[in-house]
Amino acid sequence: MSTTGYGPADGVYGPVADWATDFDHAADDYNPNAHRIWHDLREGGCPVAHSERYGGMWAPLTHELVHEIAYDTEHFTSQAVIVERGRPEVPPPVGVAPPITSDPPFHQFARRLLLPPFAPKRIEEWEDDVRALCRDLLDRTGAIEPGTTVLDAAVQYAQHIPVNVISRMLGFPAEDDDYFRRCVHAIIETVDEPDEQRFAEDRFGDDIDLEVYLDRQIDDHRANPRDDLTTYLLDIEIDGNHLEHEHVRGTMLLLLIAGIDTTWSAIGSSLWHLATHPDDLERLATDPDVMPYAVEEFLRAYAPVTMARLVKDDYDFHGCPMRADDWVLLPFPAANRDPAFFEDAESFVIDRAENRHAAFGLGIHRCLGSNLARLELRVAIEEFVARFPRFELAGETRWSRGQIRGPRELPVRILE
Amino acid sequence: MWTGRDRATAPCDGPTPSRRATRATVTRMRVEVDTELCQGHNRCYALAPELFDVDDYGTAIVVGDGTVPAELTEKAELAVANCPEYAIKLIED
Repeated sequence: MSTTGYGPADGVYGPVADWATDFDHAADDYNPNAHRIWHDLREGGCPVAHSERYGGMWAPLTHELVHEIAYDTEHFTSQAVIVERGRPEVPPPVGVAPPITSDPPFHQFARRLLLPPFAPKRIEEWEDDVRALCRDLLDRTGAIEPGTTVLDAAVQYAQHIPVNVISRMLGFPAEDDDYFRRCVHAIIETVDEPDEQRFAEDRFGDDIDLEVYLDRQIDDHRANPRDDLTTYLLDIEIDGNHLEHEHVRGTMLLLLIAGIDTTWSAIGSSLWHLATHPDDLERLATDPDVMPYAVEEFLRAYAPVTMARLVKDDYDFHGCPMRADDWVLLPFPAANRDPAFFEDAESFVIDRAENRHAAFGLGIHRCLGSNLARLELRVAIEEFVARFPRFELAGETRWSRGQIRGPRELPVRILE
Repeated sequence: MWTGRDRATAPCDGPTPSRRATRATVTRMRVEVDTELCQGHNRCYALAPELFDVDDYGTAIVVGDGTVPAELTEKAELAVANCPEYAIKLIED
């Protein structure tokens, strides 16, 4: 997936010595402590952290700077959006997974094709299916003894919801959900490892390469067209021409990767918050009118997605000497907790009325699946709280590694 | 279109004092979406569907001519304050 990577000779990045100068979002202690790390860096006068890891990387931490970079397609390219040691092989403006890896003007063309199936009114049609899925997962938790039963809200609930919906939308078999989660883990969570270790064949057991899997799905959908997103992509005609195979496959790759651990993380983080803040849980369980505001506050305070850009040419960014091909993280979750932009930024205010959060990004790359993500998050929380109005943390939360932040293990004790 | 200065000196052709009083105090508010700035976050349509709609691409459009009835002023202000791209304006005509 990438050219030979940068990295130390022994293959392993050590623990982070100093977050300002040796920043690493894939270090084990980053995601569990991210809120404190951003706070300390900003308070300590470091609005942009730096690292020599990954061949050079910058991390702006204020809303103003994140906003500026998200809008600046002249100095920054979206050619790759997951930081890794290597650099992407597929050139701009298309990139490997259009439109997220595309730059203008191609980006607008690729994005416009995909907007209609993800527009609000088309996504509303999925609500009953999402709700039925959530209820089924809750039914499968078996007999509950309040005060005793411990569930894993990430493993038994959150992780199943988005993957099931997006693979259904694409027209893939439900039994492949586990495989997709393993693929996402390999792509997102192992970025700090050397490529030969990361993509070592014996690591993947019987799993086939994801691109090979998608090629097979494309062949099958060509032979047996049906009412799903894969057929939709294959049927698109522009001036009498279908999209190129790599474009269709890249977009399917994007929808699958972006549609899985992002919303899974948002649901998990929201449940983590409720498990640790009984007042907010009670308010949600007793006052359904607060839900629309709570959903946006979950998205602000626990935004899961940090994006990334590559620097096009050497560029002085407010005194930061960025070099061509350096990575720049776009930590929207940090922008969302910047006290210079939000009142009471570090607090969770369940009925926050003014909430101009950037959980779905800013500018031309606004998350294409935001309407679906919001629907899944709202329904998943509504159903969990309706079934279990009181629950609490019952052990250690295990957080993800890398650019998507959320609980991977979240044991909760059901109290009611 | 009335500006603030016009309002103060606007000629009143109302036949009764009560009508004159209405004309003098009511301003027309309307919302406007900058479709170049709108990226389809869908916050306005979710918060104030009486004032905003979305097209097939998820881009926001105003309902009708964008006039905000007095009872929806608060919702209009909320939509403005929640747009991540600063694409909505509340205008006093």
